[in-house]
Amino acid sequence: MTTQMIFLILLLAGVAAFFYGRMRARAMTVASAEKFHSRPGHHGFYVTIWTMLPAFFLIVLWLVVAPLVVRWAVTNSLPEAATASGESVSLIMTTVEQLSRGVTQLEEEDFDRISSGAMTVQEVMRSKGVLVGSDAKPYMLQAAILDERLSANSHLFLTLFAGITMIGGFLYGRRGIAPRARARNAVEQVMTLGLIAASTVAILTTAGIVLSVLFESIEFFRMVPPADFFFGTVWDPRFSAPGRVGGSDGQFGILPLLWGTAYISLVALMVAVPIGLMSAIYMSEYAGNKVRSIAKPLLEILAGIPTIVYGFFALVTFGPFLRDAGGLVGFDIQASSVLTAGFVMGIMIIPFVSSLSDDIISAVPQSLREGSYGLGATQSETIKQVIMPAALPGVVGAVLLAASRAIGETMIVVLAAGIAANITLNPGESVTTVTVKIVSQLTGDLEFNSPQTLVAFALGLTLFVVTLGLNVFALYIVRKYREQYE
Amino acid sequence: MTDQVQRMDVTAGGRVAKSEKSKLVKRRYAAERRFRFYGMAAIGTAVFFVFLLFGSIVNNGWSAFFQTKLDLTVHFDESVIDKSGQRDRMTLLTANYRKLAREALLAELGVDPADRPMRRKAEALLSRGAAIQLRDVVMDDPSVIGTTQKVELLASGNADALMKGAIDRDVPESRRQLDNRQVAWLDELRAKDILSLAFNTGLFTYGASSQPETAGIGVAAIGSFFMMLIVVLLAVPLGVAAALYLEEFAPQNRWTDLIEVNINNLAAVPSIVFGLLGLAVFINFAGLPRSSALVGGLVLTLMTLPTVIIATRAAIRAVPPSIREAALGVGASKMQTVTHHVLPLALPGILTGTIIGLVQALGETAPLLMIGLVAFVVDYPATPMDPATALPVQIYMWATAAERGFVERTAGATIILLGFLILMNSTAVIMRRRFERKW
Repeated sequence: MTTQMIFLILLLAGVAAFFYGRMRARAMTVASAEKFHSRPGHHGFYVTIWTMLPAFFLIVLWLVVAPLVVRWAVTNSLPEAATASGESVSLIMTTVEQLSRGVTQLEEEDFDRISSGAMTVQEVMRSKGVLVGSDAKPYMLQAAILDERLSANSHLFLTLFAGITMIGGFLYGRRGIAPRARARNAVEQVMTLGLIAASTVAILTTAGIVLSVLFESIEFFRMVPPADFFFGTVWDPRFSAPGRVGGSDGQFGILPLLWGTAYISLVALMVAVPIGLMSAIYMSEYAGNKVRSIAKPLLEILAGIPTIVYGFFALVTFGPFLRDAGGLVGFDIQASSVLTAGFVMGIMIIPFVSSLSDDIISAVPQSLREGSYGLGATQSETIKQVIMPAALPGVVGAVLLAASRAIGETMIVVLAAGIAANITLNPGESVTTVTVKIVSQLTGDLEFNSPQTLVAFALGLTLFVVTLGLNVFALYIVRKYREQYE
Repeated sequence: MTDQVQRMDVTAGGRVAKSEKSKLVKRRYAAERRFRFYGMAAIGTAVFFVFLLFGSIVNNGWSAFFQTKLDLTVHFDESVIDKSGQRDRMTLLTANYRKLAREALLAELGVDPADRPMRRKAEALLSRGAAIQLRDVVMDDPSVIGTTQKVELLASGNADALMKGAIDRDVPESRRQLDNRQVAWLDELRAKDILSLAFNTGLFTYGASSQPETAGIGVAAIGSFFMMLIVVLLAVPLGVAAALYLEEFAPQNRWTDLIEVNINNLAAVPSIVFGLLGLAVFINFAGLPRSSALVGGLVLTLMTLPTVIIATRAAIRAVPPSIREAALGVGASKMQTVTHHVLPLALPGILTGTIIGLVQALGETAPLLMIGLVAFVVDYPATPMDPATALPVQIYMWATAAERGFVERTAGATIILLGFLILMNSTAVIMRRRFERKW
């Protein structure tokens, strides 16, 4: 029986147990003189929980532990000579696992052929349609047979034990159906535990991100010294080729990438901040309800468009347009340049600046405006001299949040910024960013023992820390400011 | 501006002539109008960008929905397809269908098949996919062998470009992709009504291809569908459960604060970092198949979870406490109050939030690049474990393809993607309007 099949049966049994428990509780309610504490549905769930949960945990535990036990047993069964010869045990075990997939198809005469030396293990396995390496030796075949037998036995026992636990749980739950039984309390307790488990997924995700990125980064820093990474000015990882392991033949200076990221984000902010801020001021201070109800959703469309669409727009329409426009005025702009990527990214983050600033400007108390009007100031004077100073911390927070968006943005820069790692002041030249390099180091063949692949995780760690820092700082500013008026 | 106000104080003293006063007021009003104009200009610019973006995509992509086809009379010659008459599957699959398509075209143009240079020129008008189309006809119904049928075949990318006006006829012959002879042929075929533009169904059904005319989003759409299915199945129950716990059950303590801070931070983590997580945890550690829709769905689930949780919490918070108090008052337990009353009342808000999360997930590209969904997938994935690709990733791959015909395809696929997103967003807006309850 396959594992999926076991889970399916468990699920069906759970559903059946629910209906059985409910029916039985109902029948008992009618028959008994005593009033039931819990509703029939609760008793149904109670039986379901007893039927499914113990068996479920048993299966999960078994699936994790059993392969380790089998592996341990097989490793111990290997002849002394094999492990003594200096060959890596994990390599032997990989071959053994490959062999065990085809070992059931072998017949008596195949073994004879191997033992007499007429055919190698590899040839025999190939004739059965199983591909193994040439290092497969006869003694490994013995281990493979053991491996296969133990795995099959383990699976058989799993099916057996899971079945027993399931039936036992069902019987136990069934016995619990009684007028005095607090089935509801038990069911609700389990449900609450389920809710708590669901809420920890967020923490697990963060932990997963930090740990996975950190571990691979540490691995990377073992090959490339951190100083070379953080202060190097040359990005030249070379291609990762098999057999060329080692950090000596590539330079991983992050500075050109950081420079490109910062420059493009700066251009983006220079586009987005004036437009976004002025839009927010106009919408919260001047615009009537009608204009607001049209303009606000229109601006928010910009936030809903997938970034790949912006990237394509930059690549096909905006880049060539900018190049031609630059050519007319005698300014040399490459099709993929700081300006192209920065400008299009600026369009993308307009709604981030505008909707956050809008909220913040609206939160400035009306009394401040009225006080200013009372002194004879015009509306624009009020905005510039009263409202903006009051809203400034919040607006700075909004801009920082937009900046963190820009730094972490990938698809626009992948398509429009270029791949050459330059440190240049010329906005018409192409630069590259941290995100572009993460993508380019991780597409194609991956080797998790070469710095060329691992560097992506170090870059990811840098990106994560920088954006997290910006976000925390921005939220801190926004929150502090909000408290002032509340 | 500041000095104007200061001068105002001076004028208030009455020492300045009246005309001077009115001049100053005028100047201040002018400044007011200017400022107002800046505001309008900013909104105008932003709205202009919206239209520019959509305009550019539609302008580039509308033609992708049409495809040049040739209505050719093809003789399914038995001696070419299957000499033996066995109708063996392998023979039928590997027969020289290219020859059949070529001969049909040559006959129509009146070119001598023995004239090799001319033959090659004429053949360039047919797509390489034409042979596959003929093969599919035969595989569907082997009884056509030996008969003569009218078949609609794909024209080549260059012929398609000429029909759509993408190749300029005024460009000198030496720099044009099609020479004068070929252009004349195409005009002749068009006059005979053999060459025509028809709705491009292939765009919706084909998979990855190196020729633009046989490339489509069908395979990518299935991949995206699997991923959305996984996101809905995982992110919604998990997100709703987490939100319920945080809003209704969680005690005010450090642990709860930690969860809340985590959720808010996750919502702001760059999407590409989620890709790194998927690569390290799901592929390297858990050993799930690379390039599969399953891993893509899991990564997108983790990305959408914060959105669903935040939206659900807002929806739950909008249910007034009086409802809870009434339920508790008639003897419901805390859990019954939540499942029987709070959750159903919050459902429209939860659904809206879920759709917004799905929209985000559907358009996401960067994390999928990390986990190997940038794959040349020709066959439809049958299960979420099979190699797959996603709609936005397909757009990315076409955007980086060298052939010019792919620009049109990319924009066409983008239109379809945007269409989906607009449809989902409008559903969310309509649902919000329809079910929104003011307490």
